[in-house]
Parts: sequence; structure tokens; C-alpha cells
Amino acid sequence: MLDTASAPVLELSNIRKAFGGIVAIEDFSLDVRAGEVVALVGDNGAGKSTLIKIISGVYAPTSGAIRIDGQEVSMPNATKAREHGIEVVYQDLALVDQQPVYMNLFLGRELTKGPFRVLDRRQMIAETDRLVTELDVRIPSAHATISDLSGGQRQGIAIARATHWARKLVLLDEPTAALGVAETAKVEKTVVALKSRNIGVLIISHSLDQVFRLSDRICVLRRGKQIGVRETANTDKNEIVSMITGV
Amino acid sequence: MSASNPAAPASPVRSLLARINLQQYVVYVGFLAIFLFFAVVLRDSGFLTQRNLVNIILQTAPATIMAIGLVFVLSAGDIDLSFGSTVAVSALCAAMAMAAMPAAAFPVGIWAGLGVGLLVGAINGVLIAWLRLPSFLVTLATMGLVAGIGRSLTQLRSIPVTDPLFTGIFGSGSLFGVPSLVIWTVVAVAIGHVVYRQTRFGAHVLATGDNARAAQVTGIKVSRIRLWVFMISGGLAGLAGLLYAGRLQAAKYTLGETDLMTVIAAVIVGGTLLNGGKGSVIGALVGSLLMGMLNNGLILMGLSVSDQMIVRGLIILVAVAVSLREKTR
Ligand SMILES: Nc1ncnc2c1ncn2[C@@H]1O[C@H](COP(=O)(O)OP(=O)(O)OP(=O)(O)O)[C@@H](O)[C@H]1O
Ligand SMILES: [Mg+2]
Repeated sequence: MLDTASAPVLELSNIRKAFGGIVAIEDFSLDVRAGEVVALVGDNGAGKSTLIKIISGVYAPTSGAIRIDGQEVSMPNATKAREHGIEVVYQDLALVDQQPVYMNLFLGRELTKGPFRVLDRRQMIAETDRLVTELDVRIPSAHATISDLSGGQRQGIAIARATHWARKLVLLDEPTAALGVAETAKVEKTVVALKSRNIGVLIISHSLDQVFRLSDRICVLRRGKQIGVRETANTDKNEIVSMITGV
Repeated sequence: MSASNPAAPASPVRSLLARINLQQYVVYVGFLAIFLFFAVVLRDSGFLTQRNLVNIILQTAPATIMAIGLVFVLSAGDIDLSFGSTVAVSALCAAMAMAAMPAAAFPVGIWAGLGVGLLVGAINGVLIAWLRLPSFLVTLATMGLVAGIGRSLTQLRSIPVTDPLFTGIFGSGSLFGVPSLVIWTVVAVAIGHVVYRQTRFGAHVLATGDNARAAQVTGIKVSRIRLWVFMISGGLAGLAGLLYAGRLQAAKYTLGETDLMTVIAAVIVGGTLLNGGKGSVIGALVGSLLMGMLNNGLILMGLSVSDQMIVRGLIILVAVAVSLREKTR
């Protein structure tokens, strides 16, 4: 499964992040290659979400380097990360509740038409319909308001948005935490599809079953410290659990 | 199970019904009800005469213009309390500038009036968007500050506005028989509506007010949006000041004094949420006309000024309660 020949799309070297006196991430280094799924595991408060936010440009690292396709990038904001083809599904989803589904899928990248650049709602709705059908996200319609949708449907929209726009890397922060069995299977299918599009995936999950089903490598974080990285094929749950808990 | 096939809505009628939001019609129903009430009760007092109805539109023109600005500010999740006092200072500065340079009165007046509005808006915007101060407190402060400047500028005197071009375009003039204040109202509402509903800027304003963090992580420049909405509000307050100065052919520090409550009520009744993320420019227009009609009808009914204030306060309370209840349904 592991394609070691491809260059890393993402390289993190010696990332450190402190919030005032609290060190959330200590000396973290990791590569993610194109078409590779890396799982990030660790207990609550280990620093997983913080790491995702550093990669996506929400937080600047206190020190350390981020390289995309071998080029060092400083990503002071989320716009930059997106320009680099990185998409994120945040733990809190980052949807705009009172807007319809299609506006959320195009949030910040709305399509326009004509010399006055008015919103091209028809086109956005058509693309939304196509996308939700393709990913089998079951929503009443592209016009549905986000606040009227279920947790699983919202998760589906957030994932659809990320997979639609991603070119290099998708970061998923507990994408199936709130989902039922069938919905979880769909998300996992989506991750596999990203892999086949040669897009790198960094997924945070508390479900080790899922991690072992999906990932090529597993990276363990404990209280901000990187405990180790294992190839999924060469490890087992017991080892990962003891790395997570430290016993 | 239409849910399994999102590409094909169940039926055109059903999807249309799903998209029509009853809450947005509260203002129209209220408008009609109050209109019919006055039409019956005041049928002999001249409420229904064309003259009186046109007069209502003329009198509400400045409030409608301000209401458009407030729709943008509220939709972005902020509040502006300073536009009322900005109106007076804009009108005063326009009048003083015209008096000082009578040769170029018209352009000088426009720039002075709009400039003051934009300046106040920019100050609000910078303090709120970049220094992250709460908009309620910032605009409460600038409201008082600007009102004080308005009073001290002219030692409470009123300044006449005599330039015929200015008073024509911003006041008593007309084009093809349509009064200029009606034209201003229609143009401002039309532009405001299109910008709000049909542009990326409008979408970004709504996203900012709905979930600023989501807006930020999807690349929307939230600070810039917040600065812009205050500039829009300030600029439109400046325009409202010009309209007052043009119609009354004078500027005084009391202009716009009572507009704050009226405009906020008009905007809320018109379907704009106080906490941002949702609103309507057309609704604000109808809300503003409703307030103007209320004013006019209560005067025609012969209520004393104090009774008018009480009745208006009560009606606003009911209207706001109804429109907010509908929203949290
Ligand atoms: N903005 C912030 N300011 C201060 N401390 C923060 C901030 N964000 C996170 N932290 C701290 O950093 C640590 C790591 O938090 P993080 O959200 O990354 O954990 P996590 O691994 O995602 O946990 P979970 O599995 O519960 O989502 C926590 O101790 C948290 O309190
Ligand atoms: Mg987390």
C-alpha cells in the first residue's frame, strides 16, 4: 500500500506551539506523502486539533518549519493554506448555520457571473447537487439551511466541501465522532477515494478500529509530545494503546 | 424518500414552499394591517390622499437610507448606535462648507456631508475590527462624541442651506414628476438589496455575522468586512444628513435625534436578526415605511406628542416581539 517513492506533500519539522505558558505541541515532526493516509491518535487534550490548526494556518507555530511539496511555507492565515491545496474538516465543522448548503460549499469561493460579478446561484446549486449525490450525502436539497440539518448531514457537508476543493492534502479532525455506522462507512469510503486521487490525508480519530482500517501510518501524540510513528501493517492495537496511554 | 435523491426535489411546488419563509412576511402583514386600520379610521382625515401617502415616503427617506446601513452592520454581527448623531454632523458640515464656499456649494456640500459620515464609519470600523473593541460600546461612545461635536460646531444654531441645486437634488426637486427623495430611496434600496443578496461581499457579510470563525477559516477577510459595514453605515448616515439638509433647507444639531430607535425598530421588524447572519434590505424599507405611516397616522388621529410616543413604543414592542418570536419558532 505504502508508496514510498512519492515525495511528501507535507513535511513538519520540529514544530512547537505554546499558548502563553502552556506547551500544546513539543518538537513534532511528520511527513505525509501524496495518496497516503496518516492517522493522528492520542487522548483528549493531547494536541491533535492544535496540530491541525497549525498546518491549516489558524495558528502560527511558535517554532519549526512547514514544507509543502518541498517548499518551506509560512502560513500566517487560512487563505494561504487553501491556496496550497490544503482543506480542513474542523472538529466544530466551521459551517455558516443560517445559510443554505450550497453557500456553505462555496463559502469564501462563491461563483459569480456577468460583468457585475453577481452570485451565480444556479451554478453553485447544480455543482452542490452533483457533489452530494456523488458522495451520497443525504440532504433534502441544496437549498436546505444548515441549522435544519442533522449532525451527520452537517458533517457530510463539511467533508464534501473539503474533498471538493482539496488538491494536495485533507485534514480531518474526528470526522466520524458523531456518526452512525452507515454514515461512518461513507466517510471512510470518501477517505479511500481521496487516496486514489493521490491526495494526502491526515485523519484524527479516537476509533482504533477505524485507524487500522484506513491508515498507512499511525502517529501517536501524548500531552503534546510525539511518542512515535508506526506503519499500520507492522503494528497492532496493543502497541498503539500503550503508546497513547504510556503504560 | 425524496431524501435519497437530492438532485431531484420532490416537486417544484414543494421546494418553493420550503424556500418561502413565513417569518419574512410578518412585516408585510403588519404593514397592511396598520395601513388598513388607518385607512378606515382616518378615512375623513386625509390619510389616503396621494399627497399624504407621498409625504410619508418623503419623510421616511432619511430613515430608510440609514436602515439600509444598519442591515449590513447587524448582518455582520455588530451594532451601530452612532448613525443618528452622525446625520446631524454630516448635515451641519455640509451646510457650513456650502456657506463657506458658495461658488462651489454643491460639490463641496456633498463631499463634506459624505466625508463626515465615512470618517465616523471608518473610526468605528477600525476600533471594532482591528482593536477588537465591542461595537456596542464603541458606537455608544462615538454616538455621544459626535453628538457633542454637533452641538459645539454651531453653538446650537441652525445653518441655512440655500444652494438651489443642492436643495433640489436632495430635497424638493423632482425628475419626471417623481420627487427626488423618492428616487433616492428607490435607488439606495435597489443598490443595497443587490449588494446584499447578489454579491460575494453580501455573502461574506452574512457569513461573518453568522459564524466569524468559519468565515475566517474559509478565507473571508473578516476584519475588512467589519470595517466595510461601518463605512457603509457611516456613508449612508452622511447621505441621510444631506437629504435632511436638502429637504429642510437648513441643518441643525437635532437632526436625526429621534431616528435611532425608529431605524433599529424598522430593521428588526423588517426581518433582520440582531445577532447577525440574516436580514433583508427590502424588509427594512417596508419596516421604515411602517414606522413613518405610524407616525403620520397617530398625528392625524390627533394624539398628543406624549401619547404618540407611548403608542409608538407599544406598537414597536409588539411588532418586534412578533417578528422575533417567529424567528425562534
Ligand atoms: N487557543 C488555545 N489557548 C490556550 N490553550 C489551548 C488553545 N487551544 C488548545 N489549547 C490547549 O492545548 C492542549 C491541546 O488541545 P487540543 O485541542 O489540540 O487537543 P486534542 O488532542 O484535539 O483533544 P480532543 O481529542 O479532546 O479533541 C489542551 O491542553 C488545550 O487546553
Ligand atoms: Mg481535538
